[in-house]
Amino acid sequence: MTKKTISRFFGFALLVSATLLVLAIIGLILFDLLAKGSSAFSWHFLTSFPQKGMTEGGIFPAIFGTTIVTLLSTALAMPLGIGCAVYLQEYAADNNLTRLIRASVRNLAGVPSIVYGLFGLSIFVEGMGMGVSVLAAGCTLGLLTLPSIIATTEEALRNVPRLSREGSLALGATPWECVYTVVLPSAVPGILTGLILALSRAAGETAPILFTGVAFYSRYLPGSVFDEFMALPYHLYILSTQHHAIEAVRPLAYATALTLLLLVFLLNLTAFWVRARHKR
Amino acid sequence: MEKIKLDVQALDLFFGKKQVLKNIHLSIPEGKITALIGPSGCGKSTLLRSINRLHDLHPDARLMGKILLDGHNILHRNTNVVHLRRRVGMVFQKPNPFPMSIAENVAYGLKINALCSKSEMRARVEQSLRNSFLWEEVADDLDKSALELSGGQQQRLCIARAIAVEPEVILFDEPCSALDPISTAKIEELIMGLRGKFTQVIVTHNMQQAQRVADYTAFMYLGELIEFGETRQIFEKPQQELTKNYVSGHFG
Ligand SMILES: Nc1ncnc2c1ncn2[C@@H]1O[C@H](COP(=O)(O)OP(=O)(O)O)[C@@H](O)[C@H]1O
Ligand SMILES: [Mg+2]
Repeated sequence: MTKKTISRFFGFALLVSATLLVLAIIGLILFDLLAKGSSAFSWHFLTSFPQKGMTEGGIFPAIFGTTIVTLLSTALAMPLGIGCAVYLQEYAADNNLTRLIRASVRNLAGVPSIVYGLFGLSIFVEGMGMGVSVLAAGCTLGLLTLPSIIATTEEALRNVPRLSREGSLALGATPWECVYTVVLPSAVPGILTGLILALSRAAGETAPILFTGVAFYSRYLPGSVFDEFMALPYHLYILSTQHHAIEAVRPLAYATALTLLLLVFLLNLTAFWVRARHKR
Repeated sequence: MEKIKLDVQALDLFFGKKQVLKNIHLSIPEGKITALIGPSGCGKSTLLRSINRLHDLHPDARLMGKILLDGHNILHRNTNVVHLRRRVGMVFQKPNPFPMSIAENVAYGLKINALCSKSEMRARVEQSLRNSFLWEEVADDLDKSALELSGGQQQRLCIARAIAVEPEVILFDEPCSALDPISTAKIEELIMGLRGKFTQVIVTHNMQQAQRVADYTAFMYLGELIEFGETRQIFEKPQQELTKNYVSGHFG
């Protein structure tokens, strides 16, 4: 064997082992979660309230809370994010100001989520008087997902071929008609994929809702957007660190983690399905 | 002499510092088919796209000179571009149907320009599809996605879409370059069928095509308009040495 084929062989082996290692780690995590959580995981677990100081029962209010807060955050962030992306990509002149705005948005995506939490506390909870509530948490999570929604939407818009735009303009469409009737519909799969990924990130965040809306325990589902709520990631945190009988509730904690993972997995599957459906 | 529909006067065009069109003078007669020929990169598409101001999308592009449409300079800053593009339709090199149904594609221009009522829409769509020889093939599939059509059908759909809004001028930028010979023949027949109804300008690199369809031909070379005249004259008795070399295939 020449030197070159040897080094090529080792390079290849290195890449393969790196991939296998990553797969093994993922497999291990899943296996661990399943092994320790499946005993507590049941239909009853998914659909009932916690009982006896959260040592028994289920996590329904947490599933409910995470779902509505995530949906609310998306409902708030989607129009803003898409609007902003359309402006930046389709209307804003390509100058330094636009580039500065774009860079700031990109940097916002790197701000630690606990900072969003503090910001939400001071602006939404206190400043705007929303109180610790579904609404304040939804706004905070919405802000958190905004940068990534803007970035993925811009990307999706950029990928719409110039020829499609020109086809529309050449028929006498105004720039807005062109965007609205041709560019946005063509970008839908990309936008939706980004949206769902943002959503699944929001579903798993703890820090932004910590000061803004999540409750340690609540006997009722939130009756309005001004109520507190329970959430899966925070419930998991409580069960694994703050509970008076941590060892006893381990299976519950694992089952909660499993639920959260399933939820995120389902969202990602939806993204995948949306993209596949639009490819045809 | 026939009426001049489009009059290009002393047109210069720069992309940044690069001059792509040099002092173009060209008078395009109404209702006729005018071919633009020339080696690739000589500025044919660029000239064509000046006529419906598609360069507006390009911040780099600078145009000087005049293009008169019925005597009005469309390069003037006060020109309503949206209105201009309704009057001057365009068919592109690659078919670019919208990701919508066949009927919606044809109705698109009618809808956004509010050119007819909802009840007339169906008839206008059908008429445009008939005029572009596509009706027989798609009559039962009007609600199917336009993206499912073959390349040749898509291009005829794009022509149907363009003629639906009844423009005065239609610009074709190498409309057959992505098509097989049979589809090409259909498109040529279609273009010739529209002679008289519209003023048509067609860019082509195919000299046989120019001779088959065009009443007039303009030969461009390196951003300049070298010669313009009746198609027969350009191909049989070219006045310029360059034109002669190009049309006889001895180039370089
Ligand atoms: N957007 C652009 N920016 C810079 N140069 C361009 C642009 N579009 C075309 N050109 C240049 O202009 C010249 C003419 O191009 P084009 O009109 O497309 O030629 P043709 O259609 O005759 O093949 C080419 O040299 C091309 O590189
Ligand atoms: Mg060209």
